[in-house]
Amino acid sequence: MNLFAEAFRWIVDPSHWTGGPDISGHLLEHLSVSAYCVVIAVAIALPIGVMIGHTGKGRGAAILISNVARALPTLGLLSILILLFGIGLLPITIVLVILAIPPMLAGAYAGVESVDKQTVDAARALGMSELQIIFRVEIPLAAPLLIGGLRACALQVIATLGIASAFAFGGLGIYLINGLATADYTQLLAGAILITVLALIVDGALAVVQRFVVPRGVALGRTDPNGHQKRARAPRPRVLQEGMQS
Amino acid sequence: MIEFCGVSKTYPDGTHAVQDFSLSIPARQITVLVGSSGSGKTTLMRMINRMVEPTSGSIEIDGQDISKAEPVQLRRGIGYVMQNAGLLPHRKVIDNIATVPRLTGVPKSQARTRALELMDTVGLDRALAERYPSQLSGGQQQRVGVARGLAVDPNILLMDEPFSAVDPIVRDELQQEVLRLQSELAKTIVFVSHDIDEAFLLGDQVIVLAQGGEIVQQGTPEEILANPASDFVATFIGADRGKRRLSVSQTQARGDDRVLVDAGGYPVGVIAAPEGRLAVSSASPKSRSVSNKTDQAGDA
Amino acid sequence: MNWVWIGDNLGLIGGRILEHLALTAPPIVIGLVLSIPLGYAASRSRVARSILLSLGGILYTIPSIALLVLVPVILNLAILNPLNLVFALSIYAVAIMVRSAADAFASVPRDVVASAAATGFSGRQRFFEVELPLAIPVLLAGIRVVSVSTVSIASVGALIGIDQLGSFFTDAFQRSFLTEAIVGVVAILLLAALYDIVLSRIGRALMPWNRKQSAVMASPKVSTVPLGGSL
Repeated sequence: MNLFAEAFRWIVDPSHWTGGPDISGHLLEHLSVSAYCVVIAVAIALPIGVMIGHTGKGRGAAILISNVARALPTLGLLSILILLFGIGLLPITIVLVILAIPPMLAGAYAGVESVDKQTVDAARALGMSELQIIFRVEIPLAAPLLIGGLRACALQVIATLGIASAFAFGGLGIYLINGLATADYTQLLAGAILITVLALIVDGALAVVQRFVVPRGVALGRTDPNGHQKRARAPRPRVLQEGMQS
Repeated sequence: MIEFCGVSKTYPDGTHAVQDFSLSIPARQITVLVGSSGSGKTTLMRMINRMVEPTSGSIEIDGQDISKAEPVQLRRGIGYVMQNAGLLPHRKVIDNIATVPRLTGVPKSQARTRALELMDTVGLDRALAERYPSQLSGGQQQRVGVARGLAVDPNILLMDEPFSAVDPIVRDELQQEVLRLQSELAKTIVFVSHDIDEAFLLGDQVIVLAQGGEIVQQGTPEEILANPASDFVATFIGADRGKRRLSVSQTQARGDDRVLVDAGGYPVGVIAAPEGRLAVSSASPKSRSVSNKTDQAGDA
Repeated sequence: MNWVWIGDNLGLIGGRILEHLALTAPPIVIGLVLSIPLGYAASRSRVARSILLSLGGILYTIPSIALLVLVPVILNLAILNPLNLVFALSIYAVAIMVRSAADAFASVPRDVVASAAATGFSGRQRFFEVELPLAIPVLLAGIRVVSVSTVSIASVGALIGIDQLGSFFTDAFQRSFLTEAIVGVVAILLLAALYDIVLSRIGRALMPWNRKQSAVMASPKVSTVPLGGSL
């Protein structure tokens, strides 16, 4: 436990926050690279996932992709891509996007698919166009699961970036790698704490957003005064929860 | 008027939902399609707003072939009320009712004003306007569904087993409500039901369907009751069991009133003795008042 | 691809596969065994459910490289001790399996349990003879996901110097030798598929009453989103 105290002292040491490649610089690097990889992954996976959920076509392929992705070792993928493209941001970005797509895809299709078929049928019978059904009915009702997918996607990226530090990337993982290389356990532990805290904060923030986007009518349905349980509780589908990030 | 001309529907898996179906549905009346599951009744109704496309044949509304119409526009002009109401769970009652007018570009305030009026029309308290569907009872949700179907003042209203999921007492209320609304609004209503009593109660015209959308009999409730076209119809309406034949029970209700029972022995009404005495053997029909709820009790 | 290297190093590859198996099998078993009582408790009480699932969610959020460093400090083990990896993987396995197990027990039809009680099963008999067997399909789906993830994630152990298939990745990077990295990825995918096949066989053997049904319906009805398999 003494090590923890030392690690915390190391983290709050002002000399680690100023000048050159300090904690704030690595944190910013970690966050900004994570953010743009998530944006790319979402831009690819969200429309595809929503269309799969809406049409029901390509569901088998989406499941296959997420199962294979779960088995893909991130470390292996990083080493292969870096050997192919050379050290730099490009191979890391490719790996992060590849690994971030499946959870977002799964969240999007599972979310849209989970919308009550009768509600969609009713919307169509009323004269909503397919686009109106997607944007006014399916996406609002699927929002919690869509954000769930985003959560899993962001966690995956943050965690993988920590490993990328082993391949000459900066980011918060650098303290882990440096700590390991120099047997500096204080720095090692400080790095682990920093990455963990970052992951927990991002995940927590998205969890708050997730709660916030539950449509009011649906949220009320859950705690119906008459005790009728109208909607399942878990906002996160099992498929999202169960992909382990690395 | 809605005209089905030789309409068939075969699903990709080879099921013939409907085969060579022709029917004309008169304007401003209630036509009930009644049949058991597999009779294609819902398929037929969903063809009218192109939720289902016929494999062959054509459907015309007032002489216009609907296959030429744009489906989304067509649906916006036809009211649709479905089982379990099919309300959008993330929208308030008032916004659910105003959905279609909003889709067609009616300004929000105007659509909401109209929605409030419709709540009056279908007998919903305006205080419910800001609630969400999950906060309403089944019967209230169904009224919202009807109000939504009426929102653009459509000529045609399609009702797909709208009351099959509510309890019998609420169902009676809602059925009476439909009759009241129809006497005020005079829409062309196509109503799908599996309940023959509902069909007889609501229908100006009743179409009895067998498997594959085969019309086994069509006519007014009286015509069908008086003259079942086949054994199938007779069985379906319960005539063969003499279910509808009434008799006076030997059991006395109270005082000199007599209980009227059907052939199944279910009490269906009370014969009130006008002067406190009733000679059953020689009672003249004029002196009896049979309670209005024939038959419902027997089938509930 | 350098096939000569593969031919020359079959012994090394085989050894790494065995190391990988030895490091990943215990966490999968531990995850299953611990999740059963925890998941059962979570299916019984809402409070237990929300505590256990939140805890699982938090543990699962910790990035693996960080957890691998935190575990030896907490356990006071040397950082190169393979037990660190087993322990870290077990934490993930339990964190994920608790939710699966809670869902599994919740999926057991209430009326079946009630009728077992009415027939005279004791609480203990009810659990072992009714609830646990009927929870198997969902438990199995969960453990298949866990096994695949565990095999893949174990490779991160190479970064803290614990030898297994992941060591091919760090070696490959240091020596700029692509073949080694590809061998590692392929071996891990094959191992994941092997676990998946073995677990689904075990599942079939444990659920004779499901065999006919699964031939017709392909997948267990309980999970709307298929979890494991199809590798």
